[in-house]
Amino acid sequence: MAEHDDEAPTAGSAVEKREPRQVSAGTAVVTSDVFQNPGEPPHRDRVTDIDPKVEKRAERQVSLFFFLSIVGSIAAIGAYVAFPITSGDSGSVRLNNLFLGLGIALGLLSVGIGAVHWSKTLMPAREITEMRHDTRGSEPTREKAVEVFALGNHESGFGRRSLIRNSLIGALVATPLPAVVLFRDLAPAEDPNAVLRHTLWEEGMHLAADPSGTRIKASDVTLGSVFHVIPENLNESEHLLEEKAKAAVLLMRLKPEDLNPAEGREDWQYDGIVAYSKICTHVGCPVALYEQQTHHLLCPCHQSTFDVTNNCEVIFGPAKRPLPQLPITVDADGYLVAQSDFHEPVGPSFWEREK
Amino acid sequence: MITTTPAQGAEPATSDNIGKAPAFAPTKTNKFLGATANYIDERTSMSGLVKEVGRKIFPDHWSFMLGEVALYSFVVILLSGTFLTFFFQPSMAEVNYNGSYVPLKGLNMSAAMASTLDISFDIRGGLLFRQIHHWAALLFVAAIMLHMLRVYFTGAFRKPREINWVVGFTLWILAMAEGFTGYSLPDDLLSGNGARIIDGMIKGIPVIGVWISYLVFGGEFPGTDMVGRFYSLHIMLLPALLIALLGVHLLLLIINKHTQFAGPGKTNQNVVGVPVMPVFAAKAGGFFFIVFGVIVLIASLFTINPIWNYGPYDPSPVSAGTQPDWYIGFADGALRLVPPGWEFVAFGYTVSMNILVPITVLGLFIVVVLLYPFFEAWVTGDKREHHILDRPRNAPTRTAIGAAGIVFYASLWAAASSDIMATHFHLSLNYVIHACQAALILGPFIAFWVTKRVCLALQKKDREIALHGYESGRIVRLPGGEYIEVHEQLDEYERWRLLDFNEYEPLMVRPNANGKITALQRARASASSFFFEDRIAPVKRSEIEASHHDEGH
Repeated sequence: MAEHDDEAPTAGSAVEKREPRQVSAGTAVVTSDVFQNPGEPPHRDRVTDIDPKVEKRAERQVSLFFFLSIVGSIAAIGAYVAFPITSGDSGSVRLNNLFLGLGIALGLLSVGIGAVHWSKTLMPAREITEMRHDTRGSEPTREKAVEVFALGNHESGFGRRSLIRNSLIGALVATPLPAVVLFRDLAPAEDPNAVLRHTLWEEGMHLAADPSGTRIKASDVTLGSVFHVIPENLNESEHLLEEKAKAAVLLMRLKPEDLNPAEGREDWQYDGIVAYSKICTHVGCPVALYEQQTHHLLCPCHQSTFDVTNNCEVIFGPAKRPLPQLPITVDADGYLVAQSDFHEPVGPSFWEREK
Repeated sequence: MITTTPAQGAEPATSDNIGKAPAFAPTKTNKFLGATANYIDERTSMSGLVKEVGRKIFPDHWSFMLGEVALYSFVVILLSGTFLTFFFQPSMAEVNYNGSYVPLKGLNMSAAMASTLDISFDIRGGLLFRQIHHWAALLFVAAIMLHMLRVYFTGAFRKPREINWVVGFTLWILAMAEGFTGYSLPDDLLSGNGARIIDGMIKGIPVIGVWISYLVFGGEFPGTDMVGRFYSLHIMLLPALLIALLGVHLLLLIINKHTQFAGPGKTNQNVVGVPVMPVFAAKAGGFFFIVFGVIVLIASLFTINPIWNYGPYDPSPVSAGTQPDWYIGFADGALRLVPPGWEFVAFGYTVSMNILVPITVLGLFIVVVLLYPFFEAWVTGDKREHHILDRPRNAPTRTAIGAAGIVFYASLWAAASSDIMATHFHLSLNYVIHACQAALILGPFIAFWVTKRVCLALQKKDREIALHGYESGRIVRLPGGEYIEVHEQLDEYERWRLLDFNEYEPLMVRPNANGKITALQRARASASSFFFEDRIAPVKRSEIEASHHDEGH
C-alpha cells in the first residue's frame, strides 16, 4: 500500500468487485518497516492447574460461597419475619430495611463471588483465539442482496409505477397526522396566556399566613420579620396548588427609610411592610431565603438574588426581572389587605409576557 | 490443544476445542439432558445458536466491565421497579395521609406521595426496594457514562462500531429521561421543585413555550396529570425503547465481536480471550450477582431520597441546598452559570436568553458527543476496520479533546452544587459561581493543552523504553573509569505492547480532478493538521535493529 493515500476512492453504495479487498487507510502511515507481532506469550499454569491439593481447596471454597449464599437468602426470609414494622415506629422500618437488605446482599454477593472464583481458579485459563472476518457480507452475499432488491423492485414495479409509489408515500405521511391532532386535548381548551396573568389577589383580599390561613395584623409584623403569605381564600380554592404557585407572597418589614420605592409605588407598602411575589422570575422556584441583615432574597435553586430595599431588583444570578410587588394596605381593623392583583404576570418569563 | 495464531493473522487459525470435547457418558442424567435438548432443538433449531454463540470469544480487561455494570444495574432496576409498581399509585388525587409515618399524619397530599410513604413505612422491604431502585438508577447512568468514556478514550467507536456508538448514546439519553421521570413520581417537595424548573425552562422557549408547558402538565403547573403521564413514560414507553435499543446494542456487539487491547498474539484479524461457555458465562453471570449484591448492600445501609423529610409538593416552601439527582446536575448547573440580565424584549415579545443559552449549550454538547466518531473518521479518512484499541496516549488529540469535554461537563456539574460548596467551605456564593464560570470557559483549553502534552511525553517515554530498554538500576564501572547504568531490554512481548498502534500524518491539500481545492478539503486539511501535527511515530523495526547494533558494541 502507498505511504499515504488520502484521495482513494471510497466504497460507494454499489457492490464493488475488488480482489483482494483494499480500503483506504486515509492519512494513516502504512509502512512495511513494522516490528513483527511476536505471537502469544508462553502459557503459565496456575497453582490450581499444577497442585491437586490447591485445586481441591479452591473447589471447597467455591461451594462454601454457594452454601453461604443459601444461608443469606434464608436469613433474609428470617429477617422479614423477625423484624416486622410497627406502625409509628421508624426504628422498626430501619431494622427491617437493614437486616432484610443484608440477608439478600449476602445471598447475592456469595453466588457472585463463588462463580467468579470458580471461573478464575478451576476453569481453563488459557486464552483462545478466534478469527475475525470483514463485517460486510461476502461478495456473493452482497450480490444476492442487491438481486433481492432488484427483483422486489421489478416484480412490484415500485420504481416504474411512479403514480403508485408517490401516492403510497403520501398516504404513509398522512396516516400519522391524526395522532398529532389527538394530542391537542392534553391541555384544556382555553388560552393559557389569560390564566397566567391572574392570581387570586384582588382589592381587599386579606393577606393570610401560609399554611394556616389566618389573617395578619400589621402590628404583628415586627421589624426584620418575614411572613410566608397566601390569599385568605386560597384554602377554599378548587385548584389549590395551581393558584398557590402564582399567589405565594413574601411579606417583610424594613425601616421605611431603607426602602427606595419606584415611582408610582410609594403607597404600595404599609409603614415599611412590603409584599413581593415568592415565585422566582427565572424558572419559578420559591424565593424562600431572606437575609435579614442585607435585605436580600435568595432563590435556593439557582441563586438569583433580589434586593428588597430596591424594589427586588436582581443583583446576582440568572434572573432578569425584579420580583413583582403586591400593593398592600390595611383594613379598618389593622389587618393587611391587597390593594389589587399583581400588576404583571408572576413567575418565569414567557414569550407573550409583555403582550 | 490451542493453536497460537501467526503474528499477522494471515492464516486462519482453528482455535477451539470443539470436536475434542470429552464425549458425554451415557449416564441417567445425561440421557435425560440429551432427550430434553433434542426435544427443544427439534422445535427451535437451538443447536445452531448454541454452536454459533456458545464458544464466542470475549477479550478480558477490567474496563470492559463498565458496560456490564450498566447492563446489570438495568436488570436490577427492572426487577425492583416491577415490585414497586405493585404498590405505587400513579395518581394526583388528593388524599389525607393516615399511614405509619407520624410527622406527616393528617396532611393532605397526592395519592402518589401517600403510596410512596406506604411503600416506605408500611410494607416490609418496601423501603429497601425503593432504595435499591434509586441507587441502581444512579449507578446505571454512572456506569453508562464511564463506559462511554472507556469507548471514547480507547477509540472503540471507530469503524465498524460507529452505529453502536449512536445506539449507546441514545441509551444514555433514555437513561437520563427514565431517571428524571422516575424522580418526579413520588410527588414530593424536592421532585416538585425539579418539575417546576422544567416548567420554567419550557416556558422560556420562544413562541410555543407556554403552550408546550400547558400540554405537558395538562393545564397550569402543577396540575393533576403530571404523575400519571410521567408514570406511563417511566414504566412503559421509555423502558420499551431502552430494552429494544439494548437488544440492538448487544446484537451489534456480537456481530462486530469485542475489541481488544494491543498485545502479543493479538491482531486486527483475531479476538483473543475466553469463551462464553463456560468461563465468560461464569464470570459475567457471577459479576451480575456481585453488582446486584453491592446495590442491595448500599440500599440496606444508606438512605436515598428520604421523601418523608421533604414532605408533599407545595409550590411555596423549598429547602436550602436543593439539588437534582447527580446526572441532571449538569443541566441545573448550566442554568446557574448564566450571568444576570440575559433576557430582553423584542417587538413586544420576551426572549429569555438565560434559558435559551443553557439549553443550546447543553444541546450542542450532546450533539458533539453523538457526532464525534463521524468527525474523526472524516478527518483521518481511514476506511479500515479497527479492532485493536488505542491506548489513550497514542491518540493524543482525541484524548485531549476528551479531557476538555470532561472538564466542560464537570464545570457545569459542579455549578449545580454551588450553594453547597459555598456553605461547606465558607466561601462567597458569588465567588463559587464565578469560579465555575471561569472553569467552564478556560478549563477545557487548559485541559486540552495539558493532556496533549502529557500524552506526547508518555509516548516519548514509551519510545525510549522500546528502543533502549528500561533502567535496571545496576551501575557498572567501565575499565576506563566511566560509570554507566545498564539498561535492560524489554522482552519481545512487552515491547510489542508499546509498538502496536496507528500513526496518522496531517493531510496535504491537493487539487481535485478539476484542479480545484474545495473549501471542504481545506477544512479537512486544517482539522487534520490540528489532530496530527504533533505526533510521535511508533518505533520501526529498522530503528530497533539500529539501536541494538549501537548498544551491542
